[in-house]
Amino acid sequence: MAAATEMTNGLAGWLRAQEQKDLLRFVTIGSVDDGKSTLIGRLLHDAHGLYEDQLHAVRRASVRGSTRGEGSTSEIDFSLFTDGLQAEREQGITIDVAYRYFTTARRKFIIADTPGHVQYTRNMATGASTADAALILVDARLGVLPQTRRHAQIAALLGISHVVACVNKMDLVDFDRAVFDSIVRDLRAIGEKLGLRSLHAIPVSALAGDNVVSKSERTPWWAGTTLLEHLETLPVENGARAGAFRLPVQLVLRPGIGYRGFAGQIVSGSVKPGDEVVVLPSGKSSRVTSVDVAGKPVDVAFAPMSIALRLADEIDISRGDVLVHADAPLAVASDVEADLVWMSERPLDRAKSYLLKHTTRTVRAEVASIVYGTDAETLEPVAKSTLVLNDIARVQVRCRAPIFFDAYAAQRATGAFILIDSVTNDTVAAGMITKALEGAERGTSRTLVGDEERRARLGQSGAVLRVLASSLAGAFELGYALERALFDGGRIATVVDEARDARDAAEACARGGLLAIVAGVDADGANGEAVELNGQTLRASSREELVQRVLAAVR
Amino acid sequence: MKPGRLSHLEQLEAESIHILREVVAEFDRPVMLYSIGKDSSVLVRLAQKAFAPAPLPFPLLHIDTTWKFRAMIEFRDRFARENGLDLRVHTNRRALAEGASPFAWGSNKYTQVMKTHALLEALREGGYDAAFGGARRDEERSRAKERVLSFRDSYGQWDPKNQRPELWNLYNGKIRKGESIRAFPMSNWTELDVWQYIWQEDIPIVPLYFAAPRRVVEREGTLLMVDDERFPLLPGEEPRTEVVRFRTLGCYPLTGAVRSNATTLPDILREMVEATTSERQGRLIDHDEAASMEAKKREGYF
Repeated sequence: MAAATEMTNGLAGWLRAQEQKDLLRFVTIGSVDDGKSTLIGRLLHDAHGLYEDQLHAVRRASVRGSTRGEGSTSEIDFSLFTDGLQAEREQGITIDVAYRYFTTARRKFIIADTPGHVQYTRNMATGASTADAALILVDARLGVLPQTRRHAQIAALLGISHVVACVNKMDLVDFDRAVFDSIVRDLRAIGEKLGLRSLHAIPVSALAGDNVVSKSERTPWWAGTTLLEHLETLPVENGARAGAFRLPVQLVLRPGIGYRGFAGQIVSGSVKPGDEVVVLPSGKSSRVTSVDVAGKPVDVAFAPMSIALRLADEIDISRGDVLVHADAPLAVASDVEADLVWMSERPLDRAKSYLLKHTTRTVRAEVASIVYGTDAETLEPVAKSTLVLNDIARVQVRCRAPIFFDAYAAQRATGAFILIDSVTNDTVAAGMITKALEGAERGTSRTLVGDEERRARLGQSGAVLRVLASSLAGAFELGYALERALFDGGRIATVVDEARDARDAAEACARGGLLAIVAGVDADGANGEAVELNGQTLRASSREELVQRVLAAVR
Repeated sequence: MKPGRLSHLEQLEAESIHILREVVAEFDRPVMLYSIGKDSSVLVRLAQKAFAPAPLPFPLLHIDTTWKFRAMIEFRDRFARENGLDLRVHTNRRALAEGASPFAWGSNKYTQVMKTHALLEALREGGYDAAFGGARRDEERSRAKERVLSFRDSYGQWDPKNQRPELWNLYNGKIRKGESIRAFPMSNWTELDVWQYIWQEDIPIVPLYFAAPRRVVEREGTLLMVDDERFPLLPGEEPRTEVVRFRTLGCYPLTGAVRSNATTLPDILREMVEATTSERQGRLIDHDEAASMEAKKREGYF
């Protein structure tokens, strides 16, 4: 299959050539029926990436059940190469990602062929997360569809460097240049809005093979390259990832006395014996005595190698810690802002804690607030109070233990996380960290009422009393006794019953006679500002008037 | 290895080691499915590299149908001994006593009982919560759809329509008691990658992969090796000696040989590059029915 001519230089030459080939991972995305699977089949077929028995099997199946209705023996239904599940072939749709492999004289390729159906957008994100490039398919007859926009947005969020738009089914619009140009204009407008770094468009017919592997004679107006040529020449990272040294520790290798190796895959940068490294979160530092690959010391190691480090000092390091160079630390924070793609049929529950897996560290975390969501149609920000399947939003995440990260835009591997529902164990969201949140951004110190003023009015200074006892019942008993005693002593105190989030705590304070104010976002933001009080919604034409109405209502 | 750049194979190796380590870190009782084939040999080498200088932190499990090639079993026992591997062997004894055989029961029923059921039984008895396999996505089209960490319910069943999203290299290892994970560290390897790695790393493989004169009969276009006296010859069938080798190894009555003169690894590589048929072409169980592999995997087959 891989061009037999390559072997003419003998085996040694062939192996050298293999070593030199780099690897491009790309994802095919787009709407339903735009011909993604057909394009992959065509690419594999024309680039000689298919075996005869596979071709034969598909030829047979093409007659039985083709996605294009009546199959003929002369025409191969290329989509059958990639739609590998029974349900997919029955329904003629792609449900989950298929990974395909092929190689040309220049490069090796891993293709993630992903579904177009809205219902399976999460599987599209799965395929896109490991891709260097994205092929967006657009049906020339239909132009840019909502799902094209949604997929482009996910590609942009995931930081895919190269986006290649394949304007497909050009044979069905008579290879009309005006149609192509108009679609490219629409795509460029979307690309600009999304901040796509590079967008390239090619007119193709996947079914007939125009401009896929061989140049089409039916697009004389097209001076650009074929799709395959473009894919073969896109710049790739070659595996070595630049940047500062980061090694998330996966596990500690301790085969016996005398060896303690901290094993992990280098995310970025390089490391060599003699380097000073710092352990996060402890902040302790030590010197690298040995960099081991497969148990043997090497002079230097770099991303994305899987290694084990040995250090000069006996310091406590375990899974989830990160080793970095002293002069290039990671950001450390418990509160972060992130872009989230919601992937579960169950909506986001902000009162619930999820498991957040980031590098090799898993912590409990809550989505503290939704800064804004994105309208899939207009790509404009909109107010959201929760997230449902396929929603994309900027959120604030509160972790119960600090994480050590880079912004996703700077480094994918240290900026990405997944959220896992701790009850169902489903992966419910993909997250990309944008920055750490400072106190003010967390909404903790924007108050216009000074602590001094408040304490003066209440005639007491505030305190958190943590009540400890050998049982929960005992602790509550003591807590309520204290509350009574403090009240009798002229103080105002209230027991906060295991608050799960800010809302619960606020209700506890309110029951205790304090006016607790909770800030939130109105899903229906068009109605302007409002305050909810005792089940009643207060509105007014100005903020001043609204404040007056609230003062009157709480009296 | 030149500093600053990893070759394609080195990238695959680093990725596989990462997956092996993640599973060992996140699960209580991992096990490695060992099928004696070339992919298994590579998987063991990758695991040795992942945990060196420590020994493998999990046992190996071979589901022995008792219908493997004799040369495979000899290789298995020597390989385990020489590498100091903790090898467990499991056979569905009850089905065997009932006469399970690919000839008598047909390949479908036989595979279900001697492979799928036996595997599920062994995983349950061992209390394993994660099982490594050497399967590659390029092998077969339903394999191409599977996650690196593939979730299986408490019956070992795969639900291809409802797989967990799997993003970046952040693998979700959370399961409930009784549920399990099949982990495929070699998902992104191709057959050619495997052969190239075997050659570069000098990894021992079963001699059946190399061409030699062997006793075969041709049945419905497939060359079957007559490995022992249990092979029932049809009227008029007479085993003849031909120079053949195997691209894939399984139960001998279900694995087709190919005519070949490739007696060395460079020969095999050359043959691979020039090959026009896929390796699974010789796998009879893949062709039982449409979507056959998928149907088997839904039931718990590896």
